[in-house]
This record gives sequence, structure tokens and C-alpha cells, in this order.
Amino acid sequence: MFRRLPDAPGQTVRLTVDGRSIEARGGDSVAAALLAVGIDVCRTTPVSGAPRGPYCMMGVCFDCLITVDGIGNRQGCLVRVADGMAVATQRGKRELGA
Amino acid sequence: MKADSDYDVAVIGGGLVGSAIAWGLAGKGQRVAVLDEGDVAYRASRGNFALVWVQNKGIGMSEYGAWTVQSANAWQGLADALQAQTGIDVVFQRPGGFHFALSERELEARVTQMKRLHAQPGMPYYEIEILDYAAVKRLVPETGPEVVGASYSKLDGHVNSLKLFRALNAGMQQLGVAYLGRHGVDSIVHAGGEFRLATGSGEVRAGKVVLAAGIGNARLAPMVGLDVPVRPQRGQLIVTEKTAPFLHYPVSTVRQTDEGGVMLGDSQEEAGLDPSVGHSVIAVLADRAARMFPRLGALNITRTWAALRVMTRDGFPIYDQSTECPGAFVFTCHSGVTLAANHALALPDCIIEGKLPAATFQAFSSRRFHVQKAA
Repeated sequence: MFRRLPDAPGQTVRLTVDGRSIEARGGDSVAAALLAVGIDVCRTTPVSGAPRGPYCMMGVCFDCLITVDGIGNRQGCLVRVADGMAVATQRGKRELGA
Repeated sequence: MKADSDYDVAVIGGGLVGSAIAWGLAGKGQRVAVLDEGDVAYRASRGNFALVWVQNKGIGMSEYGAWTVQSANAWQGLADALQAQTGIDVVFQRPGGFHFALSERELEARVTQMKRLHAQPGMPYYEIEILDYAAVKRLVPETGPEVVGASYSKLDGHVNSLKLFRALNAGMQQLGVAYLGRHGVDSIVHAGGEFRLATGSGEVRAGKVVLAAGIGNARLAPMVGLDVPVRPQRGQLIVTEKTAPFLHYPVSTVRQTDEGGVMLGDSQEEAGLDPSVGHSVIAVLADRAARMFPRLGALNITRTWAALRVMTRDGFPIYDQSTECPGAFVFTCHSGVTLAANHALALPDCIIEGKLPAATFQAFSSRRFHVQKAA
């Protein structure tokens, strides 16, 4: 659904999502990197279990919550990707200590 | 039904106290109007901690202890009735509740309090266990090492108070209660056997009037010949992001909601009508909670807020009726959740009868403040 602009700058960065290696551009947010490779569900909701994906992309809607390097409920649109970053999609409520 | 129609009872105040009473009255066939200020109101019902709490209530007035036990015991019936009628599960749970102590001194103070409570004549007996750290840890594995001990009572529980508020409102509507928003009451006139209530949205006339306006009762009560000295007392609260269930009992200042968020409370501040939140108080609440449950420290805080309790000088509720204006009642308390079952199930019959039986209600009359003044 999303395509990168042909002249988008930035170096290639590699991170993992649920253990799978993906490629992103330096400067991407985690949410943008996921959308760019076609991952549009980053979590399920804590109460009803409905799937959710990044929506506002500017830190307001809290729909893009995701686990980054072991810390749950990070806002994917506000975290920059980094080489070697380990991202995990969330199922329901965040586990305490995760 | 038009706003200026006649009602059997006009309930002033659409918070938890007023809603519970209105729901109960309508269930008994009364024609009821609820006059509410609307969203500008200082609404403790939306800011509370949602405990159905018994232990430690009633030190200095055993009647309040007994009234609280009665309501907590009736609570499951209220929850069932609301669910049967509206389909809304208010998630009443009663696994028993803890009060944690973070020092030997706090624990000793708790033990002394509990002894005083149960030494009073007329106080219904219930077991309060005093547990050491090891015993607490067995029941609540997430308990941190700074916890010295706790008191535990089986009678305590909690509920989703926002769902309770919604269920009462849905139930009221189904029973035909007229909810009149933007009907802050300017004056009450008792004439010709009825009450005439002047509001910014027109006059409402009713055979009886119930003052359930929280802090607003202080202003309204003199209009029906009563004196209700209540003041706001601020409480600040925190809620964390939703997290997997880890705390299966309510603790007096920490509880995990049915949806996963962890609520941390609660301060007691004299700040007038200022409902603002301050970091100094919030930091203390968060620090104490994280000492009780160290893993809380890793959670994000989603929201902090303050609400205003409706407080009397002695901390006990006021349930009173006017002798000057028969048919006028005033009900005010700072435990609208715990006492909701009594308000919904026990008060309506008294209001319909037109009399609060002295055996139960004498102790709660606001006359107790006048005696002190004269002495």
C-alpha cells in the first residue's frame, strides 16, 4: 500500500520484526519502516483484541504501540529505527516487565 | 415529558449518589426527574478510585461501619440487577482487599486502628487479618521487599465505577427517569405541598426533593431548612497503561482494573475547589506504589487527575430530612461507590415513605454538628 519516494535519502538500516530481518532507511520511524515493508498490524488491543496499525504517524493516536528492544507500548511513530533493533508486535495487554 | 411537568421526586445531582437513588426510586414506580448541572459539574463520580471498601470505615461512628458493611454485602445484588436490566457488567469483584504497610510504624498504627474500630459498641464484627510480609507475599507474589505487612478483610472489593455510572444512567432511562441536563438549581421554594425548583432551563415541580448535589448541597440545603456543612477535599490519582493481569486483589491505594490499567491513589488535600494535579503529590503516590510493587516502575503513566471528595468535618456521611419542609431529603457522602447499593436499594423505600427511620439514620443527621457548636 505504501511506496517510498524514489529520491528518499538515508542509509540502509537492518532491524528485526518478530525475528524476521527487514530493511529500513536511517531516519525512518519504526512505524514507517513497518508500513514500508507491508506490515500494517503492530498490535492487538488489550480489551477486545482487535488488530491495530499506525494511524496518525505524529504521536497523537497511540494506535502504533509496539515492543522495541524489550520495552512494551512504545509509540512506533516516535521511535527512530537503528541498526540491530529488535521490534516485536504485541498481542493484547503489555506484559509487566516486558 | 416536558421539563416543567410534575414529578413525584426531583433528585438534584446526577452523580453516582443521585443516579443510584433515582434508579431505585424509578424501579419502585416513582416518577422521577434528575436535575444535573452537566459536564461543568465537579464530578467525583468520574474521578473516584472505585473501591467497594469496608475495613477501617467507622472509627468514631459504628453506625457508619454497619451501614458500609450492609452496602458491601448488598453490592452483588446491585451488580446483578444492573446487568439483568441493562446488559452492562460493572465488574464487581470481591476477593477481599489489602492495606499495605511500608514500615513497622505504619503496621502498628493499622493494628491500633482496627482494634479501636472493633472495640466500639454497635460495630458489626468481621475478621481483619494482620499479615506479615511472608504471608502477604504468598497471596500477592508481586509484593516488594519494602512491604512490612498488611491488613486484609474478605469484605473488600472493587468495581469498574465508570461502567457503574453508565449502567445506572442506562437503567434510569429505561425506567423512564427524566434526566435534565443543564438544570443547575438556583432556588427551591416549598409551597402548596410541593417543591418548585428554579433552574436556568425553567422551573421543575415535584412532590419531594432529594438533594444529592455533592459539594453543592452546602448551598442548597438551607433552601429547605437544613444545614449541610460539606467541603471539597482533593484526591489525586494516576492510571498506568494497560498491562497483563498481575494484581488480583484491590489494595487500598493500588488496584488493577478489569481492563488492565493500574490505578494509583490517593491523596487527601485541602485545596478548595481547585481540581489541579501537582507533581509533588503524584510523585509520592507513584513512589509508594512502586515500593509496594517494584515492577510498576517499568510501566508508563497514561493519565493523572484530581477529583474533589465531598467531606464533612468528621468524615462521615450526612443523611437527613427537613422538618421545616417535609418531603425534602439530603444525602451526601464521600463513598458513592461503596454505598451505591444502599443508595439504590435501601434509601428509595424511605423516600417513598417520606421518613428516614431514626434507628438507622439518627447518627447521620447533620444535627450532630450543631451539638458540637453549642458545646
